[in-house]
Amino acid sequence: MTDRRPVAPASLSIRGLRKSFGDTAAVDGLDLDVDGGRLCALLGPSGCGKTTTLRLIAGLERPEAGSIELGDRPLTAPGAFVPPDRRRIGMVFQDYALFPHYDVAGNVAYGLGRRADRARVKEVLELVGLERVADRPIHQLSGGQQQRVALARALAPTPELILLDEPFSNLDASLRERVRADVREIIAAAGVTALFVTHDQEEALSLAERVAVMCEGRIEQAGTPEEIYSRPSTRWMAAFLGEVEVLAGETRDGRVKCELGSLAVETKVEGAVEVLIRPESIAIGITGPPDATEAEVVGRRFYGHDQLVELRLPSGRTVSSRRLGFPAWHPGDRVQVWVEGPADVLPGS
Amino acid sequence: MAALAARRPPAPLLLAGIAVGGLAALPAVYLAITIAGETTSAAEAVFEPRTLEVAARTAALVAAVTASAIVLAVPLAWLTVRTDLPARRLWATLTTLPLVVPSYIGAYLLVSAFGPRGVLQDVLEPLGVEQLPSIYGFVGAWLALTLFTYPLVLIPVRGALRRLDPQLEEAAGAMGRGPGQIFRTVVLPQLVPAIGAGGLLVALYTLSDFGAVSIMRFDSFTREIYIAYQSSFDRTEAAALGAVLVIAMLALLALYARLRGARTYHRAGPGTVRPAGAIPLGRWKAPALALCGAVVVIALALPVGLLVYWSTQQLGEGVAVGSVLGNAGNSLLVAALAAGVGVIGAACVAVLAVRYPGRVSTLVERLGYAGYALPGIVVALALVFFGTRVALPLYQTLAMLVFAITIHYLPLAVGPLGAAMLQVPPRLEEAARGLGRPPLEVFRTVTAPLVASGALAGAALVFLHAVKELPATLILAPIGFETLATDIWRQTSSGFFEAAAIPALVLLLVAAPPLYLLSEKGTVTS
Repeated sequence: MTDRRPVAPASLSIRGLRKSFGDTAAVDGLDLDVDGGRLCALLGPSGCGKTTTLRLIAGLERPEAGSIELGDRPLTAPGAFVPPDRRRIGMVFQDYALFPHYDVAGNVAYGLGRRADRARVKEVLELVGLERVADRPIHQLSGGQQQRVALARALAPTPELILLDEPFSNLDASLRERVRADVREIIAAAGVTALFVTHDQEEALSLAERVAVMCEGRIEQAGTPEEIYSRPSTRWMAAFLGEVEVLAGETRDGRVKCELGSLAVETKVEGAVEVLIRPESIAIGITGPPDATEAEVVGRRFYGHDQLVELRLPSGRTVSSRRLGFPAWHPGDRVQVWVEGPADVLPGS
Repeated sequence: MAALAARRPPAPLLLAGIAVGGLAALPAVYLAITIAGETTSAAEAVFEPRTLEVAARTAALVAAVTASAIVLAVPLAWLTVRTDLPARRLWATLTTLPLVVPSYIGAYLLVSAFGPRGVLQDVLEPLGVEQLPSIYGFVGAWLALTLFTYPLVLIPVRGALRRLDPQLEEAAGAMGRGPGQIFRTVVLPQLVPAIGAGGLLVALYTLSDFGAVSIMRFDSFTREIYIAYQSSFDRTEAAALGAVLVIAMLALLALYARLRGARTYHRAGPGTVRPAGAIPLGRWKAPALALCGAVVVIALALPVGLLVYWSTQQLGEGVAVGSVLGNAGNSLLVAALAAGVGVIGAACVAVLAVRYPGRVSTLVERLGYAGYALPGIVVALALVFFGTRVALPLYQTLAMLVFAITIHYLPLAVGPLGAAMLQVPPRLEEAARGLGRPPLEVFRTVTAPLVASGALAGAALVFLHAVKELPATLILAPIGFETLATDIWRQTSSGFFEAAAIPALVLLLVAAPPLYLLSEKGTVTS
C-alpha cells in the first residue's frame, strides 16, 4: 500500500505525449509543465483531447509515445508504465464517481487502504467542511456536497498531484461560483499541485494561476491568465478566449498605427501586422481625446450589467465596444471612439 | 468526452472467457462431430418416413400449444391490467404462478386426475361411467403444456398493456369507435410483438420439453430421441434426430431474436405515460371472474391441492420419507453447484462483454448461448457421446452432470449479471485504481459488491431451473443417483401416482425461496 509521508508538492512535466483512438489522434505531441503547488487549468473546446490528457496522466490510458514525469519520478516513459494505483495521483471525475455502497467516510477512507487512519479521514472531511455528514449515504448529499466528497477522497491519501475533470460542470450556475472558490481554497490549503480540465474560459481565467490552452491535441499557448488573455499568440487563441476585433495596422518603434489611432504595443515585429483589440478596450463618448476617431452607432445589444455597442468607422468597417449598461447608446448616435487598454499585434498575413 | 477505445482485456480474464465459451459450445460441437463421422447412417435416420411423422406430430403439438396459450393468456392479461376486475392484483399473481409447476409434474397430475384409474374415474364409476376417453397422447400433452406455459405469454403481454398509451384509445373513442372495435383496431395490433415473443417462448418450451410428452406417452422429438438412445447400441439415430430438433430450435430462436429487436412501439407524444383508467366490466364481471377462477383452479389449486392431499395421506400411511430427503439433498446439491459454477462462468462472460467489447468478447458471449439453444436432452446426449468416446473417466460422474446443467442454463446467469455490470460506471473502477488499489482489490471492493444483487438473481434463476431439470439428469446422473425430478418421473412412469406426490411437493417447496427472491427483485421468471 502507498506510504503517506507528506511530500513537497511535485511538479508535472510532460513531453511529446501522443495517443490516438483508431485513426484520430486525440493527443498529438503534447508538452506541458505545471510547477509544484500550482493550480493549472487545461482549457480547450470539446473534443480537443483535454480529458484524454488527464486520463493519460492518471495512468488510465497508455500513450503511444512521450513521457510524463511527476517530481523526479518517471510515470510514463518509453518502455515503462507505472499503473494508476502506484502513481500517487488523486482524481476527481466529472460525475464524481463516488462509491454508492460506501458512506461519506467510507469513500474518503477508501484510498487509505484496508486499515484506514480515522484521524486522517476526519482531518480531510474537516478540510472540505463535511465532518457532520460523515456517516450519510452518498445519495443523500447535494451536488455541491458530492463534489467536496470527491475532492476529499482524492486528497486523503496525500497525493502529489490532483486532477479534476470538468469539476464544476455538473453544478447549478447559482452554486458554481461559490463551489469554485471553496475548491480553490481547499486545494491551496492542501498544498497540492492541481490540474483541472475545463471548456469554460471564464472558469479557467478566474480560478487558475496558470492556464494551458489546448487545441487539436496540443498546447496552443500556456501562461498566466492575464498573459494569455491580453497577449494571445494566434488569432485562434484570441478568438477562443473571447470576442476580439482584428484590424490591419503597421508597427514602428513600439507603436502600431491602425484605424483606431496610434497605440503602444510590445512587439519586435516591424511593418504590416494584425492588431487585436478586445471590445472592452474600445471606449466611446460624445467627446474624446484629441486622436479619437469619429464613428456612428449602428446597433446595440443590452445585457443588463453591460452593453455591446456596434460602431461604423469612417472606412465603413464595424467594431464592437463593450460598455457598462448605462448610459444607453442608440443607433444613429454620432460618437468619438478610442482605445483605452491593452492591444496586441500578430505578424500580418 | 473522449470516446473510450476498446481496451485489451487482461490475459487471465480473456483465457477464462474463452474457456467458458468453448465449454458451453462443447455439446453442439460434439454433436456435429458425431454426425459428421456417421453421415450415411445419420442421413438414413433423418430421411426415414418415421422421422417425418415425428416432425409433423411435434409441429402439430407446438402449433396447438402456442395457439391455445395465446388464446388463454391475452384475455387474462387484459382483465388483470385494464379492467375493474375485483382483486385484480391477486388474480395477476395467481394466474402467473402455474409457471412454477414443472411440466412433468403438471402432466403427472393431469394423468392421475383424468387418466384410467384416476381420481375422476373413481368419482364417476358409481354413476356407471366405465371408461373415460384416454388422456394419453396428443390431448394430454397439449393440455399439460398449455396449462403450465401460458404465463410465458401472459407476462410480456401484461407488460405491453401497461406500456400502452391510453391517448390512442381515447382518440379512437373520440372518433366514434366502440370498445370492441377499439380493442381490435388499436390495442391488439400494439400487442402483437409481445404476443409473438411470448408465443415463441411457449413454442421453444414445447419443442424442447421432455417431461410432459414422455409422461403423456406422446411421441414428439424429445421422446423419440430418448427411446432411440435407450433402445439401441448405435446412437447415431438419436444424434441425427437431435440435430433436426436443434435446427428447428435455432429457427425459432432466430425468429425470437428478430421479434425482440422490433418490439418497441413508440408512444404518440412526449411526456410520461398517464396510467390508463380501468375499463368497467359491468355485467361481464361474473364471467370474467369465472374465467380467472377456472384457470387458477385447474392450473394451480387442483394440482397443488392434490399433491398436498396425497402427501398427507402417504405420510399418514407411514411411508418412509428418508429416500425423498436423500433425493432432495441430491437435487439441492446439483442445483447449488450449477448455480455457483454458473455464476462464476457468467461473471467471466459478463465482465468481458461489458468492459472489453470487441470481436473476441462478442464471440465468447454468443458461444455462451450455445448450450441454451440446445434442448436439455440433446445436451445430455452429446455429452454421453463425449463421455464414452473422449472423457471416459468423467462419464456418469456428478461433475459431468453439473457441467451439463451449468452450460445449459448459463445464459440465465449472464443476463442479470451483464445488466448489473452495465449499471456500474467504469469511472468507479478507475477512481478505485487511482486511490491506490490494484485490479483484483478493485474487483473485490467495488465491482463485486455492486453487482452482487445481479449475481444473486442469476444464481437464483439457474438454481430454479436446475432443480427442476429432468432429461439431462435422467441421462447423465451417476448410477444410483436420484434427484426429486428423476424420482417423480420414475414413479409416474410406473403408475405409482401417489408415491410421486411427496417428492413433487418437496420440489415445489425447494423452488419457492429462489422464486420469491426473484419476484422481490422484479426479475420476471421466464
